[in-house]
Amino acid sequence: MVRVYGNDFAPQDAEPARPAAPAEIEPGLEDFWRIVGADGRIEPRDAMPEDYRRSLVRQIAQHAHSEIIGMQPEGNWIGRAPSLRRKAILMAKVQDEAGHGLYLYAAAETLGVDRADLLDLLHSGRQKYSSIFNYPTLTWADIGAIGWLVDGAAIVNQVPLCRCSYGPYARAMIRVCKEESFHQRQGFEALNTLSHGTPEQRAMAQDAVDRWWWPSLMMFGPHDAESTHSEKSMAWGVKRFSNDDLRQRFVDMTVPQSEALGLTLPDPDLRWNEERGHYDFGEIDFTELFEVIKGNGPCNKQRMAHRRGAHEDGAWAREAATAYAEKQAARKEGSAA
Amino acid sequence: MNTRDYALSLGDDALVAAQRMGEWIAAAPQIEEDVAVGNIALDLLGQARSLLTYAGSLEDPVRTEDDLAYWRDEREFHNVHLVERSWGVLPERPRDFGVLVARLLVLSTYLCELYDRLSTSTDETLAAVAAKAVKEVDYHRDHATLWVLRLGDGTEESHTRMQAALDAEWPYVAELFDDAWVDPTLVERGVAVLPSTLRDPFDLRIVDVLARATLHLPDVAAAVGGGRRGVHTEQMGYVLAEMQHLTRSHPGATW
Repeated sequence: MVRVYGNDFAPQDAEPARPAAPAEIEPGLEDFWRIVGADGRIEPRDAMPEDYRRSLVRQIAQHAHSEIIGMQPEGNWIGRAPSLRRKAILMAKVQDEAGHGLYLYAAAETLGVDRADLLDLLHSGRQKYSSIFNYPTLTWADIGAIGWLVDGAAIVNQVPLCRCSYGPYARAMIRVCKEESFHQRQGFEALNTLSHGTPEQRAMAQDAVDRWWWPSLMMFGPHDAESTHSEKSMAWGVKRFSNDDLRQRFVDMTVPQSEALGLTLPDPDLRWNEERGHYDFGEIDFTELFEVIKGNGPCNKQRMAHRRGAHEDGAWAREAATAYAEKQAARKEGSAA
Repeated sequence: MNTRDYALSLGDDALVAAQRMGEWIAAAPQIEEDVAVGNIALDLLGQARSLLTYAGSLEDPVRTEDDLAYWRDEREFHNVHLVERSWGVLPERPRDFGVLVARLLVLSTYLCELYDRLSTSTDETLAAVAAKAVKEVDYHRDHATLWVLRLGDGTEESHTRMQAALDAEWPYVAELFDDAWVDPTLVERGVAVLPSTLRDPFDLRIVDVLARATLHLPDVAAAVGGGRRGVHTEQMGYVLAEMQHLTRSHPGATW
């Protein structure tokens, strides 16, 4: 069956990694390893290794930051959406991303951190967001390509997280994935309209796919051998599949969809490998990814400046809200006394 | 003037307000507010789509919501100036959250009164659109009221800025209640609402909110309007340039 769109799949052929307790379990963490080993969920009040907690905070915060920064490249086209229906869809999508940011910050807060502190870490550059959002949205077709490819890749990454060992994160991801799946269909549909439209619209769609394909593949991170956080994450039952397995799944899923769109993917080495039962694809130029991560992507500075600017411009309003709440509380107390 | 013109003017108010409000998504003081502004803009856009679709259906030949939104020139738009202006009070602060809150309070309070009355219009379509929209703008008014209270009665700085924002928006309030553009026969037939009859309930609401927020009703002269006649501010051209350019670059294309 050709999966034209929709990614509500459970990975089928790649075996998920099994959580693995260390040979010597630290006293007090027996329950943690028992729960993780039985594929159960760790909850906020449960004992957990300090590096498990720290690593989850880093991962969930990075994910939340990505949602918030990701509003910018798409928000860039709200004002110019070419029909009122598309404008409504795009507004709703960008709004969903703010909502995802909220669930994820809330999930991170269950680990004893504060959203305001996480935002400070983002604003000071000490925490990252997904590098994909450092690419510019140059035409309307980029909105379709982001929905189809970037949200498509995000879903492949995120569906396994719905079963990750940390309960609040897993539950947040279930909701996020449902909405992302909807976004991916909308992106595909927008791009399909373009690829079957006028010659100019078709060219716009092809150009967008040409520019977003390789960055989308890079969203899965470096090859397994170079991935710094993978091994421990797998032992903890947070990460279930390797970067390369997930990337392969994304390619396998996307190629038939590109055929349905009538668009080509910009990789001369892309072909079906009967023996492997997968598509082979060309070598990814990771030097570019590392440059973008270092801050030298097309939009790194712009995205951060916008984010910091919105935060700083709004400081007076947040302070006012706090002051007002304190006054109200004091008045309530005064009238109760 | 006929029902089509009336629906079109109300639709233009909602459309241009939504277009402007979209500028705040990913720029609000906190993430909850990004969600709220997105929601409000979406509601206004939905109202605009219903009203424009209805206005276009009364034309011969029929025009769609997109024909009306994307293929009319500035002089053919009939929205009030209030909704087309940019978001700054001072040039160095082109996007001021106080202005957003002030405009939202004014617009949603006016729209609550308007849609409430219009929900009993003898025109069934207008009545149905208004009956749905009144529930939405009631939420917008609650949301704006809460922020006016926080900013007005928050810190000294927020009080000053909220008052300055109100003062900046206030000259554009009077145009909402101008009767000159509404055909009296539409009012007599129970199709349209005479705008000036909305002013008293509007003032009552606003005076109450401002008093609770320790703010005062601005004492500023009304600006010379013209939006209902298609005479706009200099900023309107830029709003339309942004909104329409892509669509107009591809005549005949569907999206």
